[in-house]
Amino acid sequence: MAYVSVNLAERAHELPPRGRREVVFDVDELGVSYSENKALQGVSLEIYRNFVTAFIGPSGCGKSTFIRCFNRMNDLIPSANVEGKILYHGEDLYGSHVDPVEVRKLIGMVFQKPNPFPKSIYDNVAFGPRVLGMDGSLDDRVEKALRQAALWDEVKDRLKAGALSLSGGQQQRLCIARCLAVEPEVLLMDEPASALDPIATTRIEDLMHELKRDYTIIVVTHNMQQAARVADMTAFFTVTRGDEGQRTGILVEYDATSKIFTQPSDKRTEDYVTGRFG
Amino acid sequence: MATREAAAPLRLRAERRRWGEDVVKGVLALCALVSVATTVGIVVALFEPAIEFFRHVSIVDFLTGKNWAPLFEPSSFGVLPLIAGTLLVTACACLVCVPFGLGAAIYLSEYAGAKTRNTLKPMLEILAGVPTVVYGYFALTFVSPLLRDVGLPVGVFSALSAGLVMGVMLLPTVASISEDSMAAVPSDLRDGAYALGSTRLQVSTRIVVPAAISGIIASFVLAISRAVGETMIVLVAAGGQPNWTWNPMEAVQTMTAFIAGTGQGDVPTGSIEYKTIFAVGATLFVMTLVMNLVAIRLVRRYREAYE
Amino acid sequence: MSADEHRLRSGRPRGRWSGRVFYAFLLLSLAIGFATLGALLVQVVAEGYKWVDAVLFLEPPSANPKIAGAEPAILATIYLGVLLLAFTIPLGLGTAIYLEEYADRNRWYNRLLEVNIQNLAAVPSIVYGILGLAFLVRGLGLGRVLLAGAMILTLLVLPTVIIAAREAIRGVPDSIRQGAYALGATKWQVVWRQVLPAATPGIATGSILALSRGLGETAPLLLVGALTYVAFNPTPLGEFTALPVQIFQWVARPQDEFRVLAAAGIIVLLGILLTLNAFAIWLRNRYQRRW
Repeated sequence: MAYVSVNLAERAHELPPRGRREVVFDVDELGVSYSENKALQGVSLEIYRNFVTAFIGPSGCGKSTFIRCFNRMNDLIPSANVEGKILYHGEDLYGSHVDPVEVRKLIGMVFQKPNPFPKSIYDNVAFGPRVLGMDGSLDDRVEKALRQAALWDEVKDRLKAGALSLSGGQQQRLCIARCLAVEPEVLLMDEPASALDPIATTRIEDLMHELKRDYTIIVVTHNMQQAARVADMTAFFTVTRGDEGQRTGILVEYDATSKIFTQPSDKRTEDYVTGRFG
Repeated sequence: MATREAAAPLRLRAERRRWGEDVVKGVLALCALVSVATTVGIVVALFEPAIEFFRHVSIVDFLTGKNWAPLFEPSSFGVLPLIAGTLLVTACACLVCVPFGLGAAIYLSEYAGAKTRNTLKPMLEILAGVPTVVYGYFALTFVSPLLRDVGLPVGVFSALSAGLVMGVMLLPTVASISEDSMAAVPSDLRDGAYALGSTRLQVSTRIVVPAAISGIIASFVLAISRAVGETMIVLVAAGGQPNWTWNPMEAVQTMTAFIAGTGQGDVPTGSIEYKTIFAVGATLFVMTLVMNLVAIRLVRRYREAYE
Repeated sequence: MSADEHRLRSGRPRGRWSGRVFYAFLLLSLAIGFATLGALLVQVVAEGYKWVDAVLFLEPPSANPKIAGAEPAILATIYLGVLLLAFTIPLGLGTAIYLEEYADRNRWYNRLLEVNIQNLAAVPSIVYGILGLAFLVRGLGLGRVLLAGAMILTLLVLPTVIIAAREAIRGVPDSIRQGAYALGATKWQVVWRQVLPAATPGIATGSILALSRGLGETAPLLLVGALTYVAFNPTPLGEFTALPVQIFQWVARPQDEFRVLAAAGIIVLLGILLTLNAFAIWLRNRYQRRW
């Protein structure tokens, strides 16, 4: 594990102590089921501000389902049912007074496969501010978002070109810029680099390092080394089998990344990070 | 335990209720209701006068009488001649569309290359797009004289000339749906048979057609339903007098032709003649509805089997 | 010939023959369709082309075939087309959007709605005429007017437009919707700003094809009052005829010159429909997106 531990050892010192971490999300016994199938159960953890938190685990363990709870994207699936609680700055995300549209303004999402709209680069980034009625100069907002996503220099001369003419990595950064234009507080990233080549992946990871200064980031990844490279905190999920063979995801361990990868408390975690399974 | 801010103001409540969204949903649902209203309208429009009609005319006499003379004195309301006319024309249509529609489908599905299929299939659809009044004209001015030239004892109007042309019009319907259902048959079935040394004829007729049979039958049923409901070809070329006969060379009047002929005229509202339109219309509607439901059921069965 | 070549040659001559006969039958099947289409076009054009002239377009019909024209009918068909588009596109699109984006599939009434539309697509066109006769002409007292004809054609063609619009909307990838929702857009914003623009080519093509089908219809118009002898130009609330109806009236006349007139009218009608269909297909090919 030497190739991982060099970075980790350094980063372990960077985290503020527990007492001085600000909680953005407080998850309490969260479970999600689709019709009768329980996809996720009994998850409890806290997400801290300006941290990068990674969710790792084998496929089918519910990490994508979990991350979609944070911005109520599971609402779009009629058969999905969420139980338990997520508090966002003390407010129940699933409270009866809560409007999912407002939630998504504050908590943005980037998807696994880049999904730019079939419009121009400018219109992609401007979509959010236009639709949400944000005031101020649209051009300024677009430029600011593209700069934050480290894409401005590459596209500044062709903002009217179609978004689909960009490369995969550029499209994903465009999607990130699109999110940032809405000025959220939190960025959810569901395997943002898995569809990209290694160089584009590295750029996305570097971007995450920069963005965490201003945003709170949660990232789902199936790539352990990526988690080790970018995340401050890591949550490891796994799949359990029920009596009738149903697969349900559970949270096994949640701790500072350095600890997860060097001294995991649970044997299942250790098996996974050392590559014995998954 | 991490620190928490003092209870933050509720940020997640919408600024104001999004009533606009509800309005939109309401308007869209209203649009959808138009189709419901149409069905209700059709049912009411047909059955209310039809029921009144059957208070004056016994339904048994209606369905079994061989004399259709609603405007004569004494009037007679046996609908069988109209039904016979409809079925006669439909049978002639089936003579064309069933074998040749299936043949075209087999060709497109089993013999034609992708390029040929993609060119021929849309061209076949053109046949379905020609207005029916044009087909009626063609039946009257070309097919009818042609049949006479060939030596058949047909008059100017006949069930045969209308039926044959109708059959060609329905050929794409049979071909298209049959071809779809044959295309859905997995190629493994064919490959297995070919590997045993079967010829294309054998694979098509003994493997593919039986496997796709429910879709093929559905296409026949749908074609028959359309033949029964078709108006203009028969109005122009089949004849205008009800005729209780099984001879396709004779002129006949179909249910649809009767409705069109009577409905055009200035028949006084509420009279018994006026109500005949609806009685015959209701009969027609029930016949086609039953056939359509059967066809849809069959299509669903073949889709379930392979998808 | 070596022994091996002998073995690999088709060993069943009877099998070969039946294969050939069958293949011939299949080709005949296709040929019947195309030959009929060809004969029809030749017949129509040969008979009618000489009479496709200014008289046809600018003169009203008359008992004298030499001076009879189809101006009222052609104008009425154009008006019907405009009204048809104006009615079917909002209604059809609205229904399609409701079914695809707003309706919960698990509810029984939404499933019933879908089945209902499928059934309506297969109802004979003359039944729509009866509907119009009962409700619009006599029921509502609209009388035998152009507007009634347009409304009935709308109902007739609506299921086709709904089905085409649904296909187009379904073709828009879900990832686009997800991306828009995740930015905090409301459902209507997603539909209006992302889904509909992306689905527009398919919707336009489907609508034009449905329009062309509607303009070729005769039977419902006969019942709703398209008179077969109208000598003045149409207005929405006036009596009217339409090109297919005019053709029908001419075909039904015994004199040969009227047959020729009918053929001329058919050339115009087919010309209109061909233009519409070609336009629709051009639209589809030009703007179709490969997701």
